[in-house]
Amino acid sequence: MSARNKGDKIAGLKVTPDKYVPHRYAGASGDFNPIHIDKEFAEMVGLPGAILHGLYVMGLVAKAATDEAGGDPRALRRLSVQFRGMSFPEQEIEVTGEVIEADGSDVTFDLIATQNGNQVIRNATADVTYG
Amino acid sequence: MSLKTDAVGKSWPAHEYEVGREKIREYAQVIGLDNPVHFDEEAAKAAGYRGIVAPPMFVVVYSAGAMGPVLFDPEVGMNFAAMVHGGQEFEWGEPVISGDVISTTTTCKEIYAKAGKGFYVFETESKNQNGDLVCRATWTNIVRGVEE
Repeated sequence: MSARNKGDKIAGLKVTPDKYVPHRYAGASGDFNPIHIDKEFAEMVGLPGAILHGLYVMGLVAKAATDEAGGDPRALRRLSVQFRGMSFPEQEIEVTGEVIEADGSDVTFDLIATQNGNQVIRNATADVTYG
Repeated sequence: MSLKTDAVGKSWPAHEYEVGREKIREYAQVIGLDNPVHFDEEAAKAAGYRGIVAPPMFVVVYSAGAMGPVLFDPEVGMNFAAMVHGGQEFEWGEPVISGDVISTTTTCKEIYAKAGKGFYVFETESKNQNGDLVCRATWTNIVRGVEE
């Protein structure tokens, strides 16, 4: 809860989604696209294996931004992201970020989600209001 | 395949979704959220909410039924097999509370080709039962193999 000035890094987060996260996320979100839950189907369409939902990873980015601003869900006012790569279960995802604009309690973060050095989400910007 | 742009400006009928507390808990658990306001009524009320509050990204749950049919609309004509989710923006308003009924409408904002890819941009607007805006979203889907 200290990233309040331009250039400050946020605490960020690291998470290794287990093998069943895409299944549980499919159930929670209603997105049952087989590329996320069926390894054989994913391979048939040329993917290395079942991939995580992009919006799941965006959910992690939203968590990192919200937590940094104190953890109340009202803190997160806006979030925009670009999806740029595939990510997989059982491998660590790291969300990092820094303050790019600050006006009192209104702060904008630039965030990135990476897995094994690949940018999965980039150019993410989050507008938060510190509580 | 050249790009069909007939659907630009088209809006679809509102989709209604009633928010349930177990669905909020299920979503919050998968993401690994630990704030009790997503799980516990008393904690949510103590924090100033009417009841268990949905995480901001729960928008994907209540707007899925509004976006799903649009992606398969023949008038949009998207080649679903070659589609990837390119970008996403959410801007939140009033918090969404268990028991709220959220109504989401979708509009096709833009369809354009760039560098051999088709860009399909949709906007959804979600309001609660009181007519308050809870989220405005921009969904960008990219389809490979499109002529300019």
